[in-house]
Amino acid sequence: MSLAKRIIPCLDVRDGRVVKGVQFVDIRDAGDPVEVARRYDREGADEITFLDITASSDNRDTIVHVVEQVAGEVFIPLTVGGGIRCTDDIRRMLNAGADKVGINTAAVFNPEFVKEAADKFGSQCIVVAIDAKCVSAESEPKKWEIFTHGGRKGTGLDAIEWAQKMTDYGAGEILLTSMDQDGTKVGFDLELTAAVSHAVSIPVIASGGVGNLDHLVEGITKGHADAVLAASIFHFAEYSVEEAKLHMQKHGIEVRL
Amino acid sequence: MSKPIAIVDYGMGNVGSIYNMLRKIGIKAKVVSEPEQLLQAYKIIFPGVGAFDAGVKQCRSSGFWDVLQEAVLEQQIPILGICLGMQLMAESSEEGRLPGFAWVDAEVVKFIATDDLKVPHMRWNTATLEQETPLFSCTEEEKYYFIHSYYVHCRQASDILATTRYGNQFVAAFQHENILGVQFHPEKSHRHGMAFLKQFAEVFSP
Repeated sequence: MSLAKRIIPCLDVRDGRVVKGVQFVDIRDAGDPVEVARRYDREGADEITFLDITASSDNRDTIVHVVEQVAGEVFIPLTVGGGIRCTDDIRRMLNAGADKVGINTAAVFNPEFVKEAADKFGSQCIVVAIDAKCVSAESEPKKWEIFTHGGRKGTGLDAIEWAQKMTDYGAGEILLTSMDQDGTKVGFDLELTAAVSHAVSIPVIASGGVGNLDHLVEGITKGHADAVLAASIFHFAEYSVEEAKLHMQKHGIEVRL
Repeated sequence: MSKPIAIVDYGMGNVGSIYNMLRKIGIKAKVVSEPEQLLQAYKIIFPGVGAFDAGVKQCRSSGFWDVLQEAVLEQQIPILGICLGMQLMAESSEEGRLPGFAWVDAEVVKFIATDDLKVPHMRWNTATLEQETPLFSCTEEEKYYFIHSYYVHCRQASDILATTRYGNQFVAAFQHENILGVQFHPEKSHRHGMAFLKQFAEVFSP
């Protein structure tokens, strides 16, 4: 049995351009998404995730065109998240060539939407994206809360319980982002990742905080994630996806080469 | 080869991804949403993502059910079922209550999740060849993309082309005469997927 773990480069896309910010602010331009996706494909990425952070609804169609172009030439699974609010949004993305959609805020406001989406399109294409922040004091047992709106709004929902609920509602995978670590390059929140991975029966993608290749290794070995997602280390060509895979392999993790 | 391969568009498949890959490797293909057009097809690709019963219902409501039966059983047109498309070729599924096409002596069963076994099986995995086929060789470096919670169990060992292990062993590919099914997604499996579809298009002749 192959236990190959996945490496998923993520492209944050705003108004049709790849951007990267630190903790969702201070945005830097990182290129044309189609070009960047092509490069990741050549380097051996296992999947590619697009996160649309376009603020204005006028420019929502730009991501659809990006997905269409990428799907025409990149033959690995594509996930699109950001602004997915109804089944029509999902259908539009799938028709454009996405294989999975990430649902975040809409799931928090209307959990039934996840059920409806999974019934309609199958669990395999429903990724529930969870943005979590640690809210416990240092002396207390760890506790993480779900945040929405790019990490600005708390919801009072416990991240572990939420992940379990979303699994019951038909999510096929969880994309777990630590808002504390995101953009900081100090590594994943491994405690959070391990806690969620152990709490659910579906694959968990670790996200938020990758600054070097050892962080990717830890996400698997200590966070027990099924896949690791990173953005900036790949965008600015600090590392290639292939280097990341070789590094993981050197540390005993099976990867697809 | 001048006749195109027909990709069945019955509302449950990622037809665009399959079309894109065929175009990339220079294979003529046509997305078919008029059932009768299948009868003129050189070969058929029957995709599918989603739930079993929804797939059966879509096949029936779109008018493809009867035409597929004719194309596959009477005209013996070679057909490739992918993922749910493969599962619909079986008799039944634990996922639903409606009967499948029953072209292959097989049933569809669910993976049981455990602490070590996440479900869906969502990863790049290898396959083991169970009998000679020109379609693929299943070497160790040949990985295909799988994403499914249910898998096909063939009752006739002679139908099994390749198996994959995920917790237990399941059928990664079967062939019964002109009927071929794969659990993985060749259209998402990069270069090995391209090689597989090329073999199906150019070499496969039951």
